[in-house]
Amino acid sequence: MTRSATIARSGRPIWVKCMAEPLLVVDQLQSWYGESHILHGMSFEVGKGEIVTLLGRNGAGKTTTLRSIMGLVKQRSGSVRYEGKETIKLSANQIARSGIAFCPEERGIFSSLTVKENLLLPPEIAQGGMSTERVYELFPILKTRGNSQGTKLSGGEQQMLAIARILRTGARLLLLDEPTEGLAPVIVEKIGEIITKLREEGFTILLVEQNFRFAERVGDRHYVVEHGEVVDRFERDEVAANREKITGYLGV
Amino acid sequence: MDFLGIPLPVFMGQLLIGLINGAFYAVLSLGLALIFGLLNIVNFAHGALYMVGAFVAFLLLDYVGIGYWPALILSPLIVGAFGMVIERFLLRPIADLDHLYGLLLTFGLALLLEGIFRQVYGVSGETYAIPASLQGGFNLGFMFLPTYRAWVIVAAVIVCGATWFLIEQTRLGATMRAAVENADLVRAFGVNVPLLVTLTYGLGVGLAAFAGVLAAPIYSVNPLMGSNIIIVVFAIVVIGGLGSIKGAIASGFMLGLFEGLTRVFYPEASNIIIFVVMAVVLIVRPAGLFGKAA
Repeated sequence: MTRSATIARSGRPIWVKCMAEPLLVVDQLQSWYGESHILHGMSFEVGKGEIVTLLGRNGAGKTTTLRSIMGLVKQRSGSVRYEGKETIKLSANQIARSGIAFCPEERGIFSSLTVKENLLLPPEIAQGGMSTERVYELFPILKTRGNSQGTKLSGGEQQMLAIARILRTGARLLLLDEPTEGLAPVIVEKIGEIITKLREEGFTILLVEQNFRFAERVGDRHYVVEHGEVVDRFERDEVAANREKITGYLGV
Repeated sequence: MDFLGIPLPVFMGQLLIGLINGAFYAVLSLGLALIFGLLNIVNFAHGALYMVGAFVAFLLLDYVGIGYWPALILSPLIVGAFGMVIERFLLRPIADLDHLYGLLLTFGLALLLEGIFRQVYGVSGETYAIPASLQGGFNLGFMFLPTYRAWVIVAAVIVCGATWFLIEQTRLGATMRAAVENADLVRAFGVNVPLLVTLTYGLGVGLAAFAGVLAAPIYSVNPLMGSNIIIVVFAIVVIGGLGSIKGAIASGFMLGLFEGLTRVFYPEASNIIIFVVMAVVLIVRPAGLFGKAA
């Protein structure tokens, strides 16, 4: 197993604490949608119990990275290892069964299912998932609106549902694609609290964000993505000193 | 005793025929709707598989001596398994192409199955006796109700109700509905959606075979029985709303009755009335009576 240890563009190591194999290793991941080459060798790592963010402008390839890890992009090459096991040849359902859960950007609430059916849809893939009672404790609205049509919930409630339903399954790595997009500040606040709480409960989170202010608050490490590859990395304690550089990358 | 100038027994008799036709329409269009929902193809082989279902019952009786009741279970299982093989090895390889290919493939399959049975059994058809336990009938005072015909209606209602329950009220059904909406995401939750698709095709085809066995004692077991009914069933699926389970069941029974009423009041139109309704529905509500507008 080879790990490309540095980021090509900036020359920085991908991660400094690389003693043991991290929970997720993405190594030279490339992917294509038909003719268009989207990811040009993404490399980054996520350690157990961390919150890692992928930052970058629109179209940089952040969402495609999550979809490629999940096996939803058919044409991909390179290496994605989860708990040391190669998943690049597996199908989406097999990857999910290995312990990775996905919360898509468009939230993916099913309109032909009730809130409760949406919540109970993902099958349990391993022991140790959050109990339904605990999920209701974290998201009381889902209990009171259980029989409503899933898409009748407000945007923020739909986002809560999309996160809540992947907590029960026993998956330990959560891929969250822009959970704060288009939501009111007070809801963003709430989602931030929940994500922090999830880390305390032992979940590992790979977060795609455009909202840097949100990302810097919850993230332990940030990778900057441009044109389908990682171009820089910042640890939590490096953010303050590099704020200008980061906002420059993000063009805000 | 007359009803709107029509003798009551005649009127009720036509309504009964309408209801029985409606029962077949409902079970067949239900299978089509299931398959359309998850595979996104109009299963042109549906009529042929209904015919095969009837023939399997006939062959079971003729060669193995297995009677009506076991055949009612066995034939859908056999034809359903055959359908799953078709889905796995013929439909799945072309699933990523334009859905037109699936339609053409199932159409070809229908011609092939009909051709084979016509070659072997000719077009005159084989008779299948009503099982002893369902012979006779009830005198309702105003009309005579043959037991077998009553059974057809009851069986169709039970099967439609059970299928509706499976789709709308169970975990498996919720997964199927979700896969209809966004198959990729359901896969990303760890569900083997291709397997679910294969099972759904098997279920839809099994329903067609079940209708075929129900039909065997009423109509003769005939290689062309499928193509005679399937065009009407397509129209009913369109009226109900493509892919709508409730729509398929409700419009199946409703249009059967409507066809029966037409036969009473204006028999000349009874063969085309369903297509007239289809045209009107398409103009007024293009998504069908129970369909969601796209």
